[in-house]
Amino acid sequence: MAAVSPLLQTRGLSRSFGGLRAVDSVDFSLDAGEIRAIIGPNGAGKTTFVSLVCGRIAPSAGTILFEGVDVTRLPAHQRVKRGIAYTFQITSIFANLSVFDNVALAAQRRLIDHAERGGSRFSPADLRRGVAEALERVGLADRAEQAAGKLAYGHQRLLEVAMGLALEPRLLILDEPTQGLSDAEIDGFIALVRDIARSATVLLIEHNMPVVMALADRITVMNNGAVLAEGTPAEIRADSAVQHAYLGTPDDD
Amino acid sequence: MAGRATTRALLLHLAVLAALVVLYWLLPDYHRGVLARVLVLAVFAAGYNIVFGYAGLLSLGHAMFFAAGIYGAGLPVYHLDWGVGAAFATGVGAGALLALVVGMLALRTTGVAFMIVTMMFSQVFYLTTLYFTQWTRGEEGLVLPQAARRLALPGLEIDLSDPASRYFIAVALFSVVLMASFAIVRAPFGRVLVAIRENEERVRMLGYDVFSNKLAAMVISGAFCAAAGAAYAVLFGYIGSTFATIQYSILPLLWVLLGGAGTVLGPLLGTVFMFYVVDITSGYTSAYLLIVGVALIVLVLFFPKGVLGTIRERWLRWLP
Repeated sequence: MAAVSPLLQTRGLSRSFGGLRAVDSVDFSLDAGEIRAIIGPNGAGKTTFVSLVCGRIAPSAGTILFEGVDVTRLPAHQRVKRGIAYTFQITSIFANLSVFDNVALAAQRRLIDHAERGGSRFSPADLRRGVAEALERVGLADRAEQAAGKLAYGHQRLLEVAMGLALEPRLLILDEPTQGLSDAEIDGFIALVRDIARSATVLLIEHNMPVVMALADRITVMNNGAVLAEGTPAEIRADSAVQHAYLGTPDDD
Repeated sequence: MAGRATTRALLLHLAVLAALVVLYWLLPDYHRGVLARVLVLAVFAAGYNIVFGYAGLLSLGHAMFFAAGIYGAGLPVYHLDWGVGAAFATGVGAGALLALVVGMLALRTTGVAFMIVTMMFSQVFYLTTLYFTQWTRGEEGLVLPQAARRLALPGLEIDLSDPASRYFIAVALFSVVLMASFAIVRAPFGRVLVAIRENEERVRMLGYDVFSNKLAAMVISGAFCAAAGAAYAVLFGYIGSTFATIQYSILPLLWVLLGGAGTVLGPLLGTVFMFYVVDITSGYTSAYLLIVGVALIVLVLFFPKGVLGTIRERWLRWLP
């Protein structure tokens, strides 16, 4: 299939909290197969923007198209069914459930959808296989029976990603996935995201610049709720407006 | 791994059911009668456990579902001379329908608001039973004639006022509900309910319609509680408004908390314990509620997650 329409597109997407325009009229477009990073200073509206895309919060104005279909009014769970998966910035696994059950919740969602679309009903063995595959990919296969809350922090982040993977999404949104990880864990994480990108489009919010430069095909820079710049890592590095946003502009006090 | 834990848990539950059957020949008459009543009330507790223990919804109005079963089964028997089988089915249907309607409205709220809304609906139900005193005889209630309490099966008729048939019907009903709970908890649906209890927002972002899953839990819970009510009416032959009072909304909460919220066998354990503590202490003193209170406090101190909940946490992680 030729890449005629982008996987994800937003037009004039806005969200205000009281008087604050957290996301201000954002036109954004993401092609299938890309790894895109969104960067920007704290409070730039990055998390609000992806929350609008995945449906956690409703927009004040604008439209969201996913695979050419308007999903602006769809509730979050319907968007997940269409292939938008979101992994939380603050780790929000089910701490009291086993690692297996955490991933099984995601895997069974996909299997139920498959059955609803006229596929065969799934068996416990199908579910176990789906969970094992996702855990295998993030390297947690030997911890399936452990309580998720007892995992080390880095492993909890990986579990969060495994839950996203088990949904087999078309678009995987990772919100600051490397926050709090050690350098060694970050190296493993970069390899993991490259692996994921072979089967899904990845939208990444990230503060860690080496990670962004290593992974992103293109970078979108946000500031004050709006898109400030967009381009390849090399272009962004050379952009003077971006440097201003990070270092402060002359009219700031 | 996961398969072995299921087998072990299944064997444990079947052993409990077998023990309940065998107990009939080991217990003196008085305790047979008590246990039959406790088993029916344990069904009520098991129904409450689906919503409270697994889905994490603290309802303070489950008396209305129990009472819906009682009236749904009892009134047709008393006024319309219905057979016990049809009356029982009507009772269960009434409870499920009521749970559907109440759920659709009450589940729009969460937390404290949900507690208050469910309590108010239950109160409305209670006042309704008083309003129609002409048919329900309100607090005084109705006694179902013994002649009407017969279960007609092809080729055999069972007298439900007979202690033996009463005992085994109670065991049968409890077995069905226990195994149904076991199946629900092990199924993907049960996993979603527990996840909703732990983190609702995360469940939504995994692609689940949280509201309809909660509603399904309410309807199943309502049907179980109503089954307990309907069985209570036809087995013990008395229907009255008392069963719709707030007290009968609090009792299942206590039973489930004591036995262990979110455990399949906890409701039975909690109901047995509570019933016997009241039964034994009231034989010695009129201040028995004081002793019950102290017993509850001690239990909560040493078993903060209920007896089975704490046992599961410390020793038997495979317990469903």
